[in-house]
Amino acid sequence: MELVYKKPEIISDTQPNNFCPGCMHSSTWKIISEVVEEMGLADKTVWVAGVGCVANAHRYIQLDRFGIGHGRGCAGASAFKRCNPETFVFTYQGDGDLAAIGLAETMSAANRGDNFTVIFVNNGTYGMTGGQMAPTTLIGQKTTTTPYGRTAEEHGYPMHMCEILNVLEAPSYIARVTTADVPNAKKAKQAVRDAFQHQLDGKGFSFVEFISNCPTNWGMTPLESLDHIHNTVLKEFPLGVFRNR
Amino acid sequence: MENKKTTMICAGFGGQGVMMAGKILCQTACDTTDMNVTFFPSYGMEKRGGTANCYVCIDEEPIGAPMVNHVNNLMIFNDLSYDAFINKLEPGGNLFLNTTLVKFRGDRDDINVIEVDAGNISVEMGSPKSLNLIMAGAFVGYTGALPVENCVETIGHKLGGKRPDLAAINEAAFRKGVEIGQAARKK
Amino acid sequence: MSEKIFMKGCEAVAEAAIRAGCRFYAGYPITPQNEVPEYLSRMMPKVGGVFLQGESEVASANMLYAGGVSGTRSMTTSSSCGISLMSEAISWMALQHVPTVIGNFARGGPGIGSIQPSQQDYVQATKASGNGGFQMIVLAPATVQEAVDMTYEAFDLADKYSFPTYILLDGFIGTMMEPVVLPPAKTDEEIAAIKASKKWVPNGSRGKNSLDQKGTLDYRNEKEAEMYEEWKKTEVKYETYLTEDAEVILTGYGISARIAKSVVNDMRKEGYKVGFIRPLRVNPFPEQAFEDLDYSKVRGILCTELSKPALYAVDVKNVVRGRCPVETALRSGGEIITADEIYEAAVKLYGAK
Repeated sequence: MELVYKKPEIISDTQPNNFCPGCMHSSTWKIISEVVEEMGLADKTVWVAGVGCVANAHRYIQLDRFGIGHGRGCAGASAFKRCNPETFVFTYQGDGDLAAIGLAETMSAANRGDNFTVIFVNNGTYGMTGGQMAPTTLIGQKTTTTPYGRTAEEHGYPMHMCEILNVLEAPSYIARVTTADVPNAKKAKQAVRDAFQHQLDGKGFSFVEFISNCPTNWGMTPLESLDHIHNTVLKEFPLGVFRNR
Repeated sequence: MENKKTTMICAGFGGQGVMMAGKILCQTACDTTDMNVTFFPSYGMEKRGGTANCYVCIDEEPIGAPMVNHVNNLMIFNDLSYDAFINKLEPGGNLFLNTTLVKFRGDRDDINVIEVDAGNISVEMGSPKSLNLIMAGAFVGYTGALPVENCVETIGHKLGGKRPDLAAINEAAFRKGVEIGQAARKK
Repeated sequence: MSEKIFMKGCEAVAEAAIRAGCRFYAGYPITPQNEVPEYLSRMMPKVGGVFLQGESEVASANMLYAGGVSGTRSMTTSSSCGISLMSEAISWMALQHVPTVIGNFARGGPGIGSIQPSQQDYVQATKASGNGGFQMIVLAPATVQEAVDMTYEAFDLADKYSFPTYILLDGFIGTMMEPVVLPPAKTDEEIAAIKASKKWVPNGSRGKNSLDQKGTLDYRNEKEAEMYEEWKKTEVKYETYLTEDAEVILTGYGISARIAKSVVNDMRKEGYKVGFIRPLRVNPFPEQAFEDLDYSKVRGILCTELSKPALYAVDVKNVVRGRCPVETALRSGGEIITADEIYEAAVKLYGAK
């Protein structure tokens, strides 16, 4: 019999991934795992786990990692990579982590052009803590701390991290992708591959934003959440490669 | 043997080389003796108003506070510093005055006043920046607390790197101060 | 014998760190310790180390954490309100058992306080450097030489226990110059061997190397508590001076202790039977030094600190347990206590000769 598909070895056979059913963290990690293996990086990868749902991955992703305080992933990755430049380093951070509490760390690492990769998962809410407003929450979106919907007057507008980082000189790769459908998932995988290659080439800060979902806190079925991404979220957060130097 | 303890405040404007005067004395004490030495700089730490000052302690016994209440030597570069520190000089202590900018006011009769026209002399010698070395020299000449030749060596090390062209004039300024100090001692 | 060098406290601490094998430093500018990052920004590139100026104390301390995670001997320094911002990462270092060295050149507080030397961070340093009730070994130098020796030693302690280690300095120690003899510099081979010995460092082992401590948090906290108890037996360091016949004891740590010691010398010349106790480490606290006193003779203990309210004195009182009066001589907010003030308080406590 011919082998036509094999899951990445670094995805555990026995450990559950602990993500909610239909959560796109799973497909995001599958892409990362495939690229890590295809590029032969598993034996030098150290990933930095943010705080929030993102940290659930360590149960089933068999790669070295270290956790760090909420929002501080980019500070930690900068230091670790500079101390041990032979390693391959990426952070995996949610929107509250990266764009709210860790905004200074994110911007500063990007501006220094520190040579690691950020995987940024944007689902517009704080998942782990029960669905509060994030910096990326859409106008009108109801969350547990915007029960009447986010308004520009009271809460300001959603933050576009790719566009914000794109005004800095140092970053070498910036892209926004999604795994909400198969063609886009293929593009997402290519973006991760390109971002990782930038790090291997020593080009500096590379950044891939995944538009993601949260069926649990959005109050939708997984399929409804995918439709919501296509019909609404992507209008606010257009996909594309913003920079590839 | 009596403990030859030196405590000193050097005080003046920022830019007059007040800190360097203190450092040269401390460095020489560190290099040539087994005495305990502390140098504590104070850039307007006690109060604002443009004075820079430093505390120097050279003592056979372990030094307690590096910033002492009373000193036995006071080196004053300007008027403001006179006001700030004149009462910190112990009775019998030595007051070294840069008389180019600050005159003795006759407000203490229990101290030795060593007047050094350091500002004018340094200008005459063609090196206004070396007035601090003239003052330091006067201290060494008057008190004999440190060997002159070692101080000259320290000055060479500390200042020679930046401006080797000024080495000769720096040494001459310091020796001029020593002369003034020794002359004042004989009076 | 090594040569005596006349050095500023901050630069001496920085040089001692380099010699101890420190090859990562992250920090954020704050007075009065800026000469440490300035010195290391010059020196780190020359020894193949990494200097990183963080965007805040929060970031710098997290960089320090990650530097420790990388296996590199790592240090940060800051001052009081900056240290407060670092407490998040320090707590993480305790959680994950990451060896690092943290130096606090303490200044006046609370809040931004003043830039002048102070000792108001005693409780924060010894008991509550972050959430979670963890402790660190806290070294408390009183001279530039001690600052050098203790910085050197701090890296060994950090690695020995795989835990953050704290140096509690003050603005005086950082700013003043004194003659110092520097310790020998570790060789590149020694430094590499230290790094290689840390088998837990994540480096691409596919999850085999891990910072994760074994067991439940309850179990881990219990193990940590056992370590703190062990420190009380093995890591206590203090100085006693003329305590045998002393009727009044002067005590303190760091800068205020050295002033108190000079007062002890002055008072002995006048015939007062006074002695002196100084912790070289304020955590673990040197309880034995106070247990060894003969309370049938001791009329009282005078604690000198640059802090109002007294903080160190509380620990002294807890050990003395009412066996003699414990008084204080205090200054705070950046003002330095004078020998005269300590003398007056000591004479008053002494009573008739």
